[in-house]
Amino acid sequence: MTPDSNRAPRVPMFRDRTDAIATIAVGIVLACVAYSFARWAVVHAVWHLPADAGSAPCRAVKGEGACWAVVVENVRFMLFGSYPRAEQWRPIVVCLLFVSLYGASLVRALWTRWLLALWIADSAVAVVLLRGGRLGLSEVPTEFWGGLPLTFLLSTAGFTLALPFAVLLALGRRSGLPAIRTLCVGYIEVVRGVPVITFLFMAAVMFPLFTPASVSIDKLLRAQIAFVMVMAAYVAEVIRSGLQAVPRGQYEAAASIGLPFWPAMILVVLPQALRVSIPALVNTFIALFKDTSLVIVIGLFDLLGTAKAVLVDGRWVGFGVEVYLFAASVYFVFCYIVSRFSLRLEQELRRAAGAA
Amino acid sequence: MTGSHRWGHPHVEMEGVNKWFGALHVLRDVTLQVGRGERIVICGPSGSGKSTLIRCINRLEAAYSGRIVVDGVEITSDRKTIDHIRRDVGMVFQQFNLFPHLTVVENCTLAPVRVKRMTRTAARDLALHYLGRVRIGDQADKYPAQLSGGQQQRAAIARALCMNPKIMLFDEPTSALDPEAVKEVLDTIVALADEGMTMLCVTHEMGFARQLADRMIFIDGGRILEDSEPEAFFDTPSHERTRAFLSQIL
Repeated sequence: MTPDSNRAPRVPMFRDRTDAIATIAVGIVLACVAYSFARWAVVHAVWHLPADAGSAPCRAVKGEGACWAVVVENVRFMLFGSYPRAEQWRPIVVCLLFVSLYGASLVRALWTRWLLALWIADSAVAVVLLRGGRLGLSEVPTEFWGGLPLTFLLSTAGFTLALPFAVLLALGRRSGLPAIRTLCVGYIEVVRGVPVITFLFMAAVMFPLFTPASVSIDKLLRAQIAFVMVMAAYVAEVIRSGLQAVPRGQYEAAASIGLPFWPAMILVVLPQALRVSIPALVNTFIALFKDTSLVIVIGLFDLLGTAKAVLVDGRWVGFGVEVYLFAASVYFVFCYIVSRFSLRLEQELRRAAGAA
Repeated sequence: MTGSHRWGHPHVEMEGVNKWFGALHVLRDVTLQVGRGERIVICGPSGSGKSTLIRCINRLEAAYSGRIVVDGVEITSDRKTIDHIRRDVGMVFQQFNLFPHLTVVENCTLAPVRVKRMTRTAARDLALHYLGRVRIGDQADKYPAQLSGGQQQRAAIARALCMNPKIMLFDEPTSALDPEAVKEVLDTIVALADEGMTMLCVTHEMGFARQLADRMIFIDGGRILEDSEPEAFFDTPSHERTRAFLSQIL
C-alpha cells in the first residue's frame, strides 16, 4: 500500500473560471481574517503588566489587541485551581503522570495487560498525591482540587472504572437470558437517552436528599461515580459492536475445545473484540475528556471552570475571549493528540487485518 | 444398521433426532450409532444437514427432539454436562477458526492449561508433540495469519488433539483449502486414524473417504438414506439418490 492511497484526492481549485474566482475570493477572505487575527493576537497584544497597573494597559488596547496578560497572570490558577500554592508541585506531578500515561499508551509495544494496570494505578496515585494526609503530605480536601488535574482524573479514572461495567453490560445485552438482557438494554438506553448534565445534578443535588445526614459522600466522588455510570453505557455500546465483529467460528472453536463461557469470553472473544473497538473507544474517551467540563454546574472547577472563575475577578471582567482561547487550546492539544493516535491505530489495525 | 455390533457398546448414539432452523427441517428422525474407534464419513449435497448432524454431537447445535448419548452421557441443556462432553470431543472446522490473537502453540495450550489445569510447561511440551505430529513443529511460535491454509488447518487439528479427545469431528476440513493443501491435511487425518479415536468426518473427498471410512453415511434432506460399508456404498448403493450423488462427484 502506498502512503498516499489513504489520502483524500486533491480537490481541483482552478479547473475553470468559476473555480478560479471562487478560490481567489475565499482566499482573500481567509487572508483578511488571518491578518486581523494576527494583528489582534500578536502585534497589538499585551503580554505583561507592570506590577501595580491593574488591568489598565489591557483595557487601553481592548478591541485592538489581545490581553494575554490575563492568561499569564492566572495560568497557575487555571491549570491547578485553588490548590494551595506551596503544594502545587503535587498537581504538577499528577499532570505529568497522566501525560506520560497517555504517551505510553501511544506506543504499540507497550500494549499489554500492564498498560491496563498502569491506567488504574495512575489514577490511584493521583488521588493519593492530591489528597495527601499520608506519606508526610498535608491533606488537601477535594474542594481545593481544580483545573487540569481534575480534568485528567475525572476522565481517566472514569474511563478506566467504566470499562469493566461496560464489558458486563455489553455481554448482558447479548445474553440469552431475557431478564439480564432487558436489564442491560434498559440501563444502556435510559442512560444514553438522558443528558450527562442531568446525572451530575442528580449526583450533586438529589443524592444527598435521599441519604441520611450521617452519610456524606464527597462531592467529587459523587461526580466521578456519575461519570462512571454514564460512560459505562456509552462504552458498552462500543464494545457490543466489537463483540459483533468477532466471527461466530471463534465462539464455536472456544466451545469445542471445552472452554466454559467465561474463560471463552475472557481469553478468546474479548481480546479480539476490544482490539477492534480501540478506535471507537478512543473517540468515546475524547468525548468524556471534554464532558468533564460539565462538573462546573455542580461547583467543581475543572479546566473550563477555573477559566470561568478568572473572569469573575473584577480586574479581568471582559477578557473572556483570551481566557477561553487558552482553555480551548489546552483541550484541543490533548484531544488532537488522542485523535491522531486513533487514526494511526486504525491504519495499523487495518494492516494487521490485511495480513490475516 | 450395519456393523455397529462389531464395535461393541456405541460411543456415540443418536436416536430420533430432529432439528429445525426456523421453518426448515434440517434433521429428520436421525438415528445413528457409532462404535468405539469407528471411523465414519458423512457425505451428501450441500444443505443436506450433514454439518448440523455432527455439530449436534458436541452441542454446537441443540437438537429439537430425540436423544444423543456421547460416551454413555446423555446431552442435556445442563452446562456442566455440555462442558464435560466437549472436553472429550475434538472438532476441526472448515474455516480453521484458530484464535488470531494467539500464537499457534498458545492456541494449542489454551484449553489444556485453562480446562485441564495442566502446567504451562507440560502443556507446551504436549502442544509441541502434536504440532510435530502434524509436521508444523517449526511454526509453533508464529501467529495463524503467518501460516498457509494447510498449515492453519493442521494447527487446528493439533489444537483439538491437545485435549486428548476420544472422539474427533471433522466438518469439511478441506473445503476452504487449495488443492495442494487438501492432500497434506487429508494425509494428516489418515495418519491419525490409526490412533483408535472415534472419528466422524464430513467431506466431499471420496478417495479419502474410501481410505478412512469404516462406514459411509449418505444424508439428503436431513434424512440418512444410506448407511453401509465403503465397498457396498461405492459399488452397490441401495438408494437411487445416492447413485445420482456419487455419479455427480466421482
